Amino acid sequence: MTSEEIYNILQTKFGDKILGFESELPVESYIVADPMAIKDICLYLRNDENLKFDTLMCLSGVDDANGEKSKDEEDMDVITGGTLSVYYNLDSIELGHKINLKVSTPREDPKVESVESVWKCADWHEREVFDMFGTVFLNHPDLRRILMPEDWEAGYPLRKDYKNPEFYQGMKIPY
Amino acid sequence: MALKTEEIVLNMGPQHPSTHGVLRLVVELEGELIVNVKPHIGYLHRCFEKHAEAMTYPQVIPYTDRLDYLASMSNNLGYAIAVEKLLKIEIPERVEYIRVLMAELQRIASHLVALGTYGVDIGAFTPFLYCFRDREKILTLFEMTCGARLLYNYIWVGGLSHDIHPDFQRMTKEFVEYFRPKIVELNELLSFNKIFIERTANIGILPVETAVNYGVTGPMLRASGLKWDLRKNDPYSIYDRFDFDIQVGKGEMGTVGDSWDRYFVRVQEMEESLKIIEQAIDQIPEGDVHAAVPRRVKPPKGTVYSRTENPKGELGYFIISDGSVNPARVKVRGPSFVNLSVLAELSKGHLVADLIAILGSTDIVLGEVDR
Repeated sequence: MTSEEIYNILQTKFGDKILGFESELPVESYIVADPMAIKDICLYLRNDENLKFDTLMCLSGVDDANGEKSKDEEDMDVITGGTLSVYYNLDSIELGHKINLKVSTPREDPKVESVESVWKCADWHEREVFDMFGTVFLNHPDLRRILMPEDWEAGYPLRKDYKNPEFYQGMKIPY
Repeated sequence: MALKTEEIVLNMGPQHPSTHGVLRLVVELEGELIVNVKPHIGYLHRCFEKHAEAMTYPQVIPYTDRLDYLASMSNNLGYAIAVEKLLKIEIPERVEYIRVLMAELQRIASHLVALGTYGVDIGAFTPFLYCFRDREKILTLFEMTCGARLLYNYIWVGGLSHDIHPDFQRMTKEFVEYFRPKIVELNELLSFNKIFIERTANIGILPVETAVNYGVTGPMLRASGLKWDLRKNDPYSIYDRFDFDIQVGKGEMGTVGDSWDRYFVRVQEMEESLKIIEQAIDQIPEGDVHAAVPRRVKPPKGTVYSRTENPKGELGYFIISDGSVNPARVKVRGPSFVNLSVLAELSKGHLVADLIAILGSTDIVLGEVDR
């Protein structure tokens, strides 16, 4: 099934929870969804007889950096407003089709429903996104930092306006 | 008088030879039985993804070498294919053939390390030396091609860094001739060894539904009995031209999807890789390997998720281009990262001594888990 057909199915099923379909981009199109309905949508995509998306290939956080950019006193970028996104790349091993989903959340209060209960694979991926972007996954069973130290206080490294700290737990960080 | 029992928490790692790098496992034990395993990762974290955002597209390639450092060629290939999809460029035939040859040689080299170190984990030291002796021959071929033995930076966007050495084809054929009997030797030495089978059969069984739900890929998934190989199921490069089989676990020594199956699928895959090399080596057409290399890599705006079959599983690159010379986002979906997340599921209910046998059979490289 093509992405467009799946988009139409989802739209009749979920209505205004599906926010759009980006297809002009070269290479890959994706369906934009509501971050608070993503679990239901994924559950439907997994369980429906004609769709059967049995694996989550990849789950990636992205800083869209589309907010207002300004400089702080140390001449570092600061971004206010705008969105953080999460991309889902799904694949059906049984039926052999793929689809991409995207959800966007406000940068100041990023909250997305966890899909860990749909695909176990999302557990570590979501922890990584939380670790790197600070996106909170609601109903995730164990949302802790995964790659960075658990007591890292300097924020979320993959945000575009991340500032390298000078000290970590009183130790100077050499560059 | 009732016996007072409580769970023991055992800390394994980060400095532990059997964890294949710096991996810390917190194991909850009830007597000798494992109740839960919590992997703590990140000791090798260097934020490759942040580095990549500050680099131009070709400059990212040396960083991809360092993800799964036992399969650098395959990492280069996956990244090059992803960027080529964004750029929509055609690759010369000669380049495609050389890439496939390198990727398959790399697969054998990576599996040899996996098999050898798995033997060491379980207490068989000799096969390790045999495996490294054979891997050395592949590294010689790579060294002859691009000068490096571990981190190659060989496969570039649109082409290759060097053409192959005039002796490369002859020496690769010699290697194939040499290596076939060595697989038989390895089987006699380790695969069908009674002690080895006792240690690995029926240990750490991974049912296929669990494997798919956890996103497990590569030899681990195939050992659970599912015929799934991206080279066949979602062909990239020119893999659709070659005749080879997908090897799956059959549960010969125990149950389908146990540690022995995961081990043996890798042995069989080396044979399949030899088949591909034999078919490709004589077909390399003439041509210029630099012909399609763009002067300036500046893809149009867009996103791509491209995946290739690495020795350890599905390596995915998720790249967002904002139309500039630097990628806006590069996310790596490392097969080791995903395959490690199923460890707790695999080891529950087993004895603590089997944990190393299970971990070894998953074949992880921490450079890729932590990125």
